[in-house]
Amino acid sequence: MLSIRNIVKQYANHTALSGVSIEIEKGSVFGLLGPNGAGKTSLIRIINQITAPDSGEIYFNGERLSQKHISKIGYLPEERGLYKKMEIGEQVLYLAQLKDLSRSEALSRAKYWFEKLEIQDWWHKKVEELSKGMQQKVQFVATVMHKPDLLILDEPFSGFDPINVDIITREILELNKQGTTIIFSTHRMESVEELCDSIALINKSHKILDGRVKEIRYNYRSNSYKVSYKGNLPYLNGSANNIYDQLNHSADDLHQHITVKLKNEHSANDLLKFLLPHINIEGLEEIIPSMHDIFISKVKETGGILPAELQ
Amino acid sequence: MNKILLIIGREYLTRVRKKSFIILTIVVPLLIMLMYGGIFALVVKGDELSGPRNVIVIDESGVFKNKLKEDKTVKFSYLDGTIEDAKKIVKSGDNAYLLYIPKFEGYQPHNIELMSKKQAGLGFSSNIENQLENVIRDKKLTEAGIEQKVLDNLKTTVSIDTKKLTDKGEEAGSSGAAFGVGMAASILIYMFIFLYGVQVMRGVIEEKTNRIIEVIISSVRPFQLMMGKIIGVALVGLTQFLLWVILTFTIGSIAMKALVPEDTKNKIEQMQKNPGGMSKATQQADNPAAKVFEALNTVPLGLILGSFIFYFLGGYLLYSAIFAAIGSAVDNETETQQFMMPVTIPLIFAFIFSVNFVVNNPDSPISFWMSMIPFFSPVVMMVRIPYGVAPWELALSMALLVAGFFGTVWLAARIYRTGILMYGKKASWKELGKWLFYR
Repeated sequence: MLSIRNIVKQYANHTALSGVSIEIEKGSVFGLLGPNGAGKTSLIRIINQITAPDSGEIYFNGERLSQKHISKIGYLPEERGLYKKMEIGEQVLYLAQLKDLSRSEALSRAKYWFEKLEIQDWWHKKVEELSKGMQQKVQFVATVMHKPDLLILDEPFSGFDPINVDIITREILELNKQGTTIIFSTHRMESVEELCDSIALINKSHKILDGRVKEIRYNYRSNSYKVSYKGNLPYLNGSANNIYDQLNHSADDLHQHITVKLKNEHSANDLLKFLLPHINIEGLEEIIPSMHDIFISKVKETGGILPAELQ
Repeated sequence: MNKILLIIGREYLTRVRKKSFIILTIVVPLLIMLMYGGIFALVVKGDELSGPRNVIVIDESGVFKNKLKEDKTVKFSYLDGTIEDAKKIVKSGDNAYLLYIPKFEGYQPHNIELMSKKQAGLGFSSNIENQLENVIRDKKLTEAGIEQKVLDNLKTTVSIDTKKLTDKGEEAGSSGAAFGVGMAASILIYMFIFLYGVQVMRGVIEEKTNRIIEVIISSVRPFQLMMGKIIGVALVGLTQFLLWVILTFTIGSIAMKALVPEDTKNKIEQMQKNPGGMSKATQQADNPAAKVFEALNTVPLGLILGSFIFYFLGGYLLYSAIFAAIGSAVDNETETQQFMMPVTIPLIFAFIFSVNFVVNNPDSPISFWMSMIPFFSPVVMMVRIPYGVAPWELALSMALLVAGFFGTVWLAARIYRTGILMYGKKASWKELGKWLFYR
């Protein structure tokens, strides 16, 4: 669908992108991740042909990206807004016409979306009369009016209230089912795991990680397990135990739990063999790192500055 | 191309539908009519409105008796009574004045007073001063042995008819009319550039602060958006201008029918139909309205109108591109000041220069060069044209303006497309320079 090859973008004082290559599959939901200032927005602006890269190419469905693709892309920027004094309906039609839709076509699509999101009554209202949440719905409609093949959402949920997040997420996933490829750009991880098939992680202008979400998480396992048990397990760290290091211990009414990290390529079977003589095992679960953890460890590894809410 | 039309349409319609546009469109012609009506009343009726001023003269020196000249605006009566009697009369009448001249030795009167219920006008009091001075001068001359007959001969009135020598022979010219037409055109252009250039800038800032800019330029190129806005606002300006002209004439002719008495109307119509013959036929050389009509006929109106529209649009396009670039570089209107100064200075300079220098020296080398430089030419050239400008000069100036327009638009577009995406930091001149070279 979208093939980004070796994009370099430099500004006077800093490099925004240094040789970034990303492949995005048709029909996928793709997460473009990275802390603030990593270069995500620069890349998105290049895909939208708002700015040009210093070098590198982008291919859209196998064709070199050009002006004619503009009408196939829908873009919800991080810095977004609407004309305050213009009527909603007129505004949505105007924006759709700028995406090469005829006026009559735009009118019927606008009606469809306004009904779908139950905002028909707002047609003649001005943006300044609407609440923030209402504006966000209108903004979303304006972005998808022209049935884009590729929908790019930059920090889509920043500033959205939770109800709207649900509504918009549902609509996005429905569009995806109908074949729209989606790019999410965000530094918030919680939305990524449930929504995205694949991700790319950008930090300090470099792509430092990409691939399918499940594979990445699988690859970033640290051979750690959570064991739930009954009985008394002596504290077996140090020389007494060459199987694992205990990271954590907790207890509730029924069970006790330990989190352990296995040493020296030991397997879960080795762990069980070691524990069986001591306790009654009730459960064993491998700990697969969340995208959040991978993101943080990767960014720290490459010397990035983490957004405040993740520290 | 289609998208530019869409943008022009939106820019135009949202502005034309605004209440402020509609109000301004109606109010300005009314103001013009009021002004015109005021001038008209003065020209046609003059001081007749209030009748002649009655001046009671108490002349203790006896020098001035029966020597002050009367006309339809002022009547003198000489009173032998005391000041107190005269004061009573002045206090009781609205249009009465008391001129008190105490006794004096030699030729130097002192403490002359002009009293009235209201403060006497400057023109009126200087008229009386002149008359008194003339009387004393005549007295000096007669006492020096010069006869009254010689004195009468001394008074000469001179008025110069300026004529231009052209291929068609002598043409009557009028510096006054050329001055008036050139100034009016120049002021209009100056105002238009400012009013609508700033509107373009506001529009750009609005899109930036509304944060809609990035949505739009993911659909159209920044250049298209900028040009669409500039052209859309230009059309708003032209519409407003056209409506002003139409409304002024409509209201004017209605008001004329309703308010002006029949005989005066005939006089005006006659004036308009036959401005040249009018003054000769009636020998009313002192009728200013007739003079204006006659003088206007000597100015090449077709040429002026054509070049007016050209410089009007050319100057606006040149400056509004810069205004758009400024708008893109700031986050709100208060930040525009540091950039506005260097842009408005050439415009203000050109205007002041035209008013003070070009009108007096339309063909001096400085005037010539100023009318070639695109940043000055719209204002300066309009002042020069009524005086007559060689065709090649006009062609060169216009070509340079077009070139200047393309140059500024190109530069402005480069600043614009970077500036509109910059938030939060105040741009410096140095940064604007860097933006020029971004890809």
